[in-house]
Amino acid sequence: MNDDQNMQESIESANMTDSVTKDIAEETGPPKMTARNVDVFYGDKQAINDVSIDVNMDSVTAFIGPSGCGKSTFLRCMNRMNDTIPIARVTGDITLEGDDIYAPQMDVVQLRARVGMVFQKPNPFPKSIYDNIAYGPRIHGLATGKEELDHIVESSLHRAGLWGEVKDRLQDSGTALSGGQQQRLCIARAIAVDPEVILMDEPCSALDPIATAKIEELIHELRGKYAIVIVTHNMQQAARVSQKTAFFHLGTLVEYGETTDIFTNPREEKTRDYITGRYG
Amino acid sequence: MNSLADTKRRPTDWQGAEMQKRIAGRYAAERRFKAMGMAAIMLSVSFLAFLLVVMVGNGFLGFTQTELPVEIDFPAATGGASPSQFEGPNANANLQVMGLRDIVDSSIEIQYGQKGTDLFSPGGWTAVNAEILSNPEIVGQKTTVYLPVVSDLDVAYKGEGNPESEKKVAELGDQLSTGFNWNFLGNSDATDPMQVGIWGAFKGSLITMIVTLLLAFPVGVLAALYLEEYAPKNRLTDLIEVSINNLAAVPSIIFGLLGLAVFLNFFGMPRSGALVGGLTLALMTMPVIVISGRNAVKSVPPSIREAALGIGASPLQVVFHHVLPLALPGILTGTIIGMARALGETAPLLMIGMRAFIATPPSSITDPATVLPVQIFLWSDEVDRGFVEKTSAAIIVLLLFLLTMNALAIYLRNRFETRW
Repeated sequence: MNDDQNMQESIESANMTDSVTKDIAEETGPPKMTARNVDVFYGDKQAINDVSIDVNMDSVTAFIGPSGCGKSTFLRCMNRMNDTIPIARVTGDITLEGDDIYAPQMDVVQLRARVGMVFQKPNPFPKSIYDNIAYGPRIHGLATGKEELDHIVESSLHRAGLWGEVKDRLQDSGTALSGGQQQRLCIARAIAVDPEVILMDEPCSALDPIATAKIEELIHELRGKYAIVIVTHNMQQAARVSQKTAFFHLGTLVEYGETTDIFTNPREEKTRDYITGRYG
Repeated sequence: MNSLADTKRRPTDWQGAEMQKRIAGRYAAERRFKAMGMAAIMLSVSFLAFLLVVMVGNGFLGFTQTELPVEIDFPAATGGASPSQFEGPNANANLQVMGLRDIVDSSIEIQYGQKGTDLFSPGGWTAVNAEILSNPEIVGQKTTVYLPVVSDLDVAYKGEGNPESEKKVAELGDQLSTGFNWNFLGNSDATDPMQVGIWGAFKGSLITMIVTLLLAFPVGVLAALYLEEYAPKNRLTDLIEVSINNLAAVPSIIFGLLGLAVFLNFFGMPRSGALVGGLTLALMTMPVIVISGRNAVKSVPPSIREAALGIGASPLQVVFHHVLPLALPGILTGTIIGMARALGETAPLLMIGMRAFIATPPSSITDPATVLPVQIFLWSDEVDRGFVEKTSAAIIVLLLFLLTMNALAIYLRNRFETRW
């Protein structure tokens, strides 16, 4: 019961912030990324069945659904991380600003810089904090000198809300940070290459509640600067951080809409059952 | 729900006699295992200690030589040669013209009688030659040099000689002394055990190892990286994997036959050279590096690869910026094992002619050369009793070479080790 109340509250708060941004969202132009009739196969097994979705610049999109429903698989299609799995096959269209990301002329390396990713488990490089952030800009040649690189590192850490905690120990190993700090370091690392979209694959599932709260706060602050897609198992989190929610089940997109609608007034029976905890 | 099962089950008696017996049995098993483990370690440590004591004890004598003093009156023997003749590039030629060997021999005859030269090692006069070259001043004066005795006397003085030479040693008495055998460090193989040296074989080993490392390490690492990171997983790569694993288990002499057939007969490379030896040993070392390299690459966490790919690193950048540095310590461990095995290898080198009598150290990779283990093998086969301690001394040099090489590799490995 208590849980339900909490959820109700968080939905309400999400509702309020959403009503402010709703008008802006409606004014924005074409969606940042679109997916049309996407199917994903692992060998003979179909993991994603006919999913179509739009991701907007000014809203955080949450993917929810029970384990194995394909939400992470779909997320990984959006920056072609699935390419690393030889048996994975993707059909349908996914576009970034109108360009088909699976087109032969699309450069995967550049795509992944434009569509950054934050993983479930914090995975900083076993290098210094500075080098963790500077690695992306270095390989893409985003900075022409040491000064510019320093600036990118500092501003990325600022944006990730980590600067105050690490500014005196930039040369320490990134792996020496706490779990929550490591995850914010990974977000800063993704930001450093100046992406347009940030994909987050259960970014808080390995973190304690305080670190989770910090990440959620960070997601709020990053909204508007980047299109953000977040996969989460935590429905309260989806309600708190997102404006749009997509509910996946058994590889299909059951329902996609405003977060407030999904949580308060779902159209589908399955969605209602899932968010009220009847199964999943 | 399972009340039926519960009623049938009798209560567990944690304090009962049967339980106590089980506990005692468990403790006894622990103690037995500990005792056996300790016994195994003691056994291997004692083997190692035995080996080292025997080798050092015998080999130490190989670094010393028995000497007799010889007084040479240069002004009288040369009719007043000036020291300045023996400086500069013509020094050696002038010494030959002067007949240094005869001067030394006649000085010996004056001091030790008609048969005096029989007491001395035939090549001993070269020590005087070397001394004049480093210090020409001694030609202008009467000087005493210590020259190595003949091998039989040397062995007798060190305590293992035949009766005849022991009698001579007793006659010479206090005149005999022990000095450091610089010849052993500076010379190459010779027929006289008093004149043999390890330098030629040492240099041969060094050059051969460099050739082996330069070929086996990059090829092995590239093969490991390609197989793990790039190659598609199919029947062909499975076959390659099995072949590489089998290659690592092939007896080393077969690599010698391969080297003989391919490098000497087909490519016509110079026989007995460090180049062919190094190539043959590289064939043998490569599979070891590939196998350990693959394991090291495999153990790099996939999350690091994903992290790098996720911010737009190309597959090549992922491999060279992240995977290789993290795998390097493991690769180096395999390289140490492979190189140590290559350094101690004799059999394949016999097949490609590196068992020749090499009296001058090799100065390039194509010069005829031999290596330390082959040199040890050759000396251990000699009839002359004087070679026994030289063999042990050569083993000490080989062990020191091995230790130095491993220490260097371990130092490098620790430097590259990433702290997580």
